[in-house]
Amino acid sequence: MIQFLFYLFAFAAVLGAVMCILSRNAVVSAIWLMGTMFSLAVIFFLLGAELIGILQILVYVGAILVVFLFVIMLLNLTHAASDLRGPVSLGTTIVVIGLLLLELAALWRYTPRRLAADIAQSPMLADPSTLFAAGELSRQDAAARGVVGALAAPLFQTYLVPFEITSILLLAAIVGAVVLAKRRI
Amino acid sequence: MNLTHVVWLVVALPLAGFLVNGGLALWRPRAKSAVSVVGAGVLLAAFAVAAAIFLELLAQPPAAPVIVRLWSWLPVDRLQVDLAFQVDQLSIVMVLVVTGVGSLIHLFSVGYMREDPGYARYFAYLNLFVVFMLVLVLGSSFPVMFIGWEGVGLCSYLLIGFWFSDKVNADAGKKAFIMNRIGDCGFLVAMFFLWRAFGTLDFTAVTARAGEVLTPGGAIVTAITLFLFLGCTGKSAQIPLYTWLPDAMAGPTPVSALIHAATMVTAGVYLVARTNVLFAMAPVSSLVVAGIGALTALFAATIGLRQYDIKKVLAYSTVSQLGYMFLGVGTGAYASGIFHLATHSFFKALLFLGSGSVIHAMHQAYHATHSHEDAQDMRNMGGLKQYMPVTFWLMLIATLAIAGIPPFAGFFSKDEILAAAFARGADSPLYYLYYAMGVVAALLTAFYMARLMAMTFLGPNRTGEQERAHLHDAPWIMTGPLVVLGVLSAVGGALNLPRLVGGHAALERWLEPVMEPARQFSHLIMPEGSTEYLLVGAAVAIGVLGLWLGFRSTLGQRIPTAHDAPPDTGLALVLNRKYYVDELYDALVVRPVEWLSRVVLWRGVDQGVVDGAAVNGAAVVSRLLGGSLRLLQTGQVGVYVVLFLVGAIWILRAVIR
Amino acid sequence: MPDTTFLGPALGLSAILFSLGAAGVLLRRNAIVLFMCIEIMLNAVNLAFVALAQLHGQSGYILVLFVMTVAAAEAAVGLAIILAIYRHKQSVDLQNINLLQG
Repeated sequence: MIQFLFYLFAFAAVLGAVMCILSRNAVVSAIWLMGTMFSLAVIFFLLGAELIGILQILVYVGAILVVFLFVIMLLNLTHAASDLRGPVSLGTTIVVIGLLLLELAALWRYTPRRLAADIAQSPMLADPSTLFAAGELSRQDAAARGVVGALAAPLFQTYLVPFEITSILLLAAIVGAVVLAKRRI
Repeated sequence: MNLTHVVWLVVALPLAGFLVNGGLALWRPRAKSAVSVVGAGVLLAAFAVAAAIFLELLAQPPAAPVIVRLWSWLPVDRLQVDLAFQVDQLSIVMVLVVTGVGSLIHLFSVGYMREDPGYARYFAYLNLFVVFMLVLVLGSSFPVMFIGWEGVGLCSYLLIGFWFSDKVNADAGKKAFIMNRIGDCGFLVAMFFLWRAFGTLDFTAVTARAGEVLTPGGAIVTAITLFLFLGCTGKSAQIPLYTWLPDAMAGPTPVSALIHAATMVTAGVYLVARTNVLFAMAPVSSLVVAGIGALTALFAATIGLRQYDIKKVLAYSTVSQLGYMFLGVGTGAYASGIFHLATHSFFKALLFLGSGSVIHAMHQAYHATHSHEDAQDMRNMGGLKQYMPVTFWLMLIATLAIAGIPPFAGFFSKDEILAAAFARGADSPLYYLYYAMGVVAALLTAFYMARLMAMTFLGPNRTGEQERAHLHDAPWIMTGPLVVLGVLSAVGGALNLPRLVGGHAALERWLEPVMEPARQFSHLIMPEGSTEYLLVGAAVAIGVLGLWLGFRSTLGQRIPTAHDAPPDTGLALVLNRKYYVDELYDALVVRPVEWLSRVVLWRGVDQGVVDGAAVNGAAVVSRLLGGSLRLLQTGQVGVYVVLFLVGAIWILRAVIR
Repeated sequence: MPDTTFLGPALGLSAILFSLGAAGVLLRRNAIVLFMCIEIMLNAVNLAFVALAQLHGQSGYILVLFVMTVAAAEAAVGLAIILAIYRHKQSVDLQNINLLQG
């Protein structure tokens, strides 16, 4: 059942992405993007990252996409002239993306079981079940304190400094956006 | 007081003279009295010091050459060259000749160059020349000698082209310098060979170790000596590098007397005498030296027969007499060569200075009448005996000396050389040919000198009615040195009177310690008894015959003035045009080199390769490179993104593999 | 060993989405749609992080958090820039924006 859901929503995500990049109308592209993001949120749920899924919906769909739509409406870009690039660009795209996929396909072999098996065969380590202990720990943590609680400790302890810096970044972004978009400073 | 150790004073005095006169030339060119006193005074002082040293050496002849080391010049790892002077019997003789004859010529110049605006510059150059010449003869090693060698070449250039505003004179100066340079290459190559073989370039060391380091008659010693001789042909104007000497007559006459008669051109003979042991070890080279000497003597004498410029006759005479000196040292009679060097400096300087007096008078005469005739052309002279008697009698003494008439100086020296050539014929018959060439050259020498005297001083005067009133003997400042030289030409033979006439062969015995090393390798047995008398008699007869023929043929015909003279034809033309050797060199050497320089090196290499390919090419390449790289900056986001992704894929590839 | 049923497919999906996003960036001329394709790429990366967090612990989730935050900041500033450009050129067609052409 879960597998079926996963593949369903995976397909939906891909469909959304394809339609996003192929639509002529900017608003339609934004809507398809929204579809992709929702699908991804569901996949996050299926992967056990409920908090991240909710945040995906709240932040990406609820904030970022809305801003996109605002700007599209503001600039009145709904006219439907095709703005795909010419054949040269198409050719280049095919080549480059093809290379990229080839590279990424090489990662397919590295499933964890296989990686674990490789490591197990080396004389240094013995027991494959002791690998990836961090994931097991986090799952236990999530089971004990709930999803949000499990995230809290690393966020405010190990990753405190990046957290603070990110807040400053957000401040800078706000000020910057306001300054750039004003008619007269 | 050991004066030998202040031999550097002999060099320092003319050097001080050069500096003072040079300064005066730059800032006070009209202080002629000061220049005269300094210029001639330093020479006389140098001669005095040299004479004092000579007397000291005479009293106690040194067993080995005295090396007076001034400072260390080139201390380079295995090559140690000091700036040092070598005082021995040979060098002191040369120093006396240089300073002695030099002083007389300086005194003559005071009168001769009086009117010239470049008076101070002239004496500065003349003093500098003496400095370099003394360094040349006093040097204790090849490099120090080479300093002098090059330096006299430089001063020769400066003095030949003294009146450089006339292009002809400047060209003559250049010609002399460039031809000398060709010879200097030979000198340098010989030094390289010597260094390679000996590891040292000092004369004393080379002389002492020559026997052990080099094989007699071997390839190396022959190569060394032949290259040294190449340098000599340049400096001493032998075939094939002699053509600069007649052109050098473009300089002032005292310069011709000093540099191109008495001192600079004798440097080659001195070199051979100094390295006598090497030449004695290489019979092939000695053969070449003697052969070229004899050939040059004969060749130049024939050219002198048909020259009309009085100085050109004397120039070819100098080349011819230098040939005699090389014949002498080539046969192994080194002392005889030096003897002829000394006597030749007396009578040739006298001849040149005398001709200078004549030219001076002719110039004044033509100047007074505003005529543009050539003052040096003998066809414009004639009958000057009545106007310039002192000059005439003195030049007659010199003529008798050069013709080899006893008891004048030239007879003894020339006779010794011819006798040596004859004696060497016993070892290799080729020398008999050289002897014959020398005899013919002697005949021709007497002939053209008699022709010169007859055309200049005897017969009717062709100068012109109005000019005659201005012809007179030169002032005493000029005639005085001539008298001294005349005396020396007359009695100079006493330097080395042969035993035949009861003398003691003083010079030969004096130079024996220096020439000793050569004797081990090549012993020359001079003819004695009846052979000797026969040779002497032949020499005298030839001289007398030549003089008689010369006077008769010249006085017998009517000589037209230069203005009216018909052009020469046939053999006379060939002789007058010096066998067209200059034209030959021009076509064979000068034109090809000039073509090479202009077409290949200038257009091809400089403009094409250096300017075109290297300089402009670098710029073009930079521009192309920059231009092509510029195309990456399209300003389009799309292009940048593509590049971005390609880079990212590359990195990904590196990380994953 | 934690449950890794969906690890492979999730990573594959991430790769596909990333490529699609990159293709979109290369193909579209409209600046805002270009931005949206960049958001697709960021989402793909988030998916990869989440998938691997099962193996490597909470730090995956933390990174996702940061990515989202930065994406939000970036979207704000980027759209402001596009607004500013639109005011000058009355168009957001990237073909015409080449003032930095060398």
